[in-house]
Amino acid sequence: MTEEIIIAGFGGQGVLSMGKILAYSGIMQDQEVSWLPSYGPEMRGGTANVTVIVSDEKISSPTLTKYDTAIILNQQSMDKFEETVKPGGVLLYDPNGISQHPTRTDIKIHKIEGAKLAAEMGNTKIFNMVVLGAYLKIKPIVKLDNVIKGLKKSLPERYHKLIPLNEDAITMGMKNVLNN
Amino acid sequence: MGELRLMKGNEALAEAAIRAGCDGYFGYPITPQSEVIEYLMAEKPYDRTGMVVLQAESEVASINMLYGGGATGKKVMTSSSSPGISLMQEGLSYIAGAEIPCVVANVVRGGPGLGDIQPAQSDYFQSVKGGGHGDYRLIVLAPSSVQEMSDFVPLAFDLSFKYRNPAMIVTDGLIGQMMEKVELFDPVPRLTDEEIKEKYPWATNGKPKGKERRIITSLDLDPHRQEEHNWHLQAKYQRIEEDEVRYEMLQCDDADYIIVAYGSSARIAQKSIQLAKAEGIKVGLLRPITLWPFPKKPIHELVEKGIKGFLSVEMSAGQMVEDVKLEVGGQTKVEHFGRYGGVIHSPEEVLEALKKQIIGE
Repeated sequence: MTEEIIIAGFGGQGVLSMGKILAYSGIMQDQEVSWLPSYGPEMRGGTANVTVIVSDEKISSPTLTKYDTAIILNQQSMDKFEETVKPGGVLLYDPNGISQHPTRTDIKIHKIEGAKLAAEMGNTKIFNMVVLGAYLKIKPIVKLDNVIKGLKKSLPERYHKLIPLNEDAITMGMKNVLNN
Repeated sequence: MGELRLMKGNEALAEAAIRAGCDGYFGYPITPQSEVIEYLMAEKPYDRTGMVVLQAESEVASINMLYGGGATGKKVMTSSSSPGISLMQEGLSYIAGAEIPCVVANVVRGGPGLGDIQPAQSDYFQSVKGGGHGDYRLIVLAPSSVQEMSDFVPLAFDLSFKYRNPAMIVTDGLIGQMMEKVELFDPVPRLTDEEIKEKYPWATNGKPKGKERRIITSLDLDPHRQEEHNWHLQAKYQRIEEDEVRYEMLQCDDADYIIVAYGSSARIAQKSIQLAKAEGIKVGLLRPITLWPFPKKPIHELVEKGIKGFLSVEMSAGQMVEDVKLEVGGQTKVEHFGRYGGVIHSPEEVLEALKKQIIGE
């Protein structure tokens, strides 16, 4: 199994940390992982994206042009990454802030109202975990308990009290993902 | 098995310095390698091992702190990115001339000049041909994973002390910034002053009674003595060329074509090779791990086996390709492909270049 993912949105949406938690979850189940952020000056206040690869085998190129899954969280990223999904691949997006919905018919398109659900749960910061939950429902590449272990590893100790909230957010995402 | 962590290449390099028993790190921040000094500052290695970490006033100061620290037999290290490494070239030449061990890491970015902050491999010439003045060589290691960013730090220190020669770790923004799984090696304690005196009789750490003063310098105004010193350096470089060549070969056994690539480009090329295989094209990868000494012999052997063509792939306008051409000696086709100035080539672009420039479609 090799899963090549691009996660793209605005800086501050938790794009990079979502990727990091996914990568750590892969390590927790003995898989190979790579996490490559965009680190250019465009990050400051603008778009942010990260390429995550989780695989049973050694990872070759950490930088890619085609992805198995694109998780898209703003319009700029939709414009840039819709076309990069491999035929038969998955595009998951949050319709909040998207004006041009995806149009491809050769890929599987899923929606998650991440921003809305996070606001309903009373904490917009867990938005990225709702989206992660939606992704893991579509592609259960890592087990939920390994995600929790991954969270423990990637969050500083002082934030560990927030892990149950993150777990709830993931479950919320899993329950509410919609097929297009 | 050592501790497993998800780390950036820059962080792995910094953690490895602490674990390798480094005595002092002197550096100045520059993107894309600032995480090295950030990590070291946050880790407070002075509390862990007694290692000193200092932000110098400039790269020129950092490299000269290495000259001073290294001359006393301490394990010293710095890191920077291309423009900062250019500032260090004078110091590196002096250090090489004075035969002082130290480790310098270059997380290469696009150039020339201030260039940009994206990954590049355009400092190959500077690293392996002597960026400073005079006849000298650096031992140059090129990691192609976060794991190797960690593993090559103790290796660079070992080689540097074994030959009393500066060692350089040449990587780029891609490996510096990406995170991968890394298995950390067990920490090695720093040497005590007594151990240093015992192990390195050349070190200038105080004149012992009844023994001659030890002087470390690169200056000798007598041309004949200077030539003799150069002979000594050249003999040392020859020993390094004989004993320290490191490389990796992937799928070269039944290959018709070979991609030569190091660092990030070697990772990208591995994907190109998978894509080629799916199309029935047999291509192998020769990955130099030491850029100097350059792996000449494996190229000679591949030429003898009847390889139909070599594609040298690097994020530069074509630097390493000159060394590949030198070793192939006109016996078969050698071409260069690479994006540069901070642009990273895709695995598909590399495969297209192979087809167009080497196979001839």
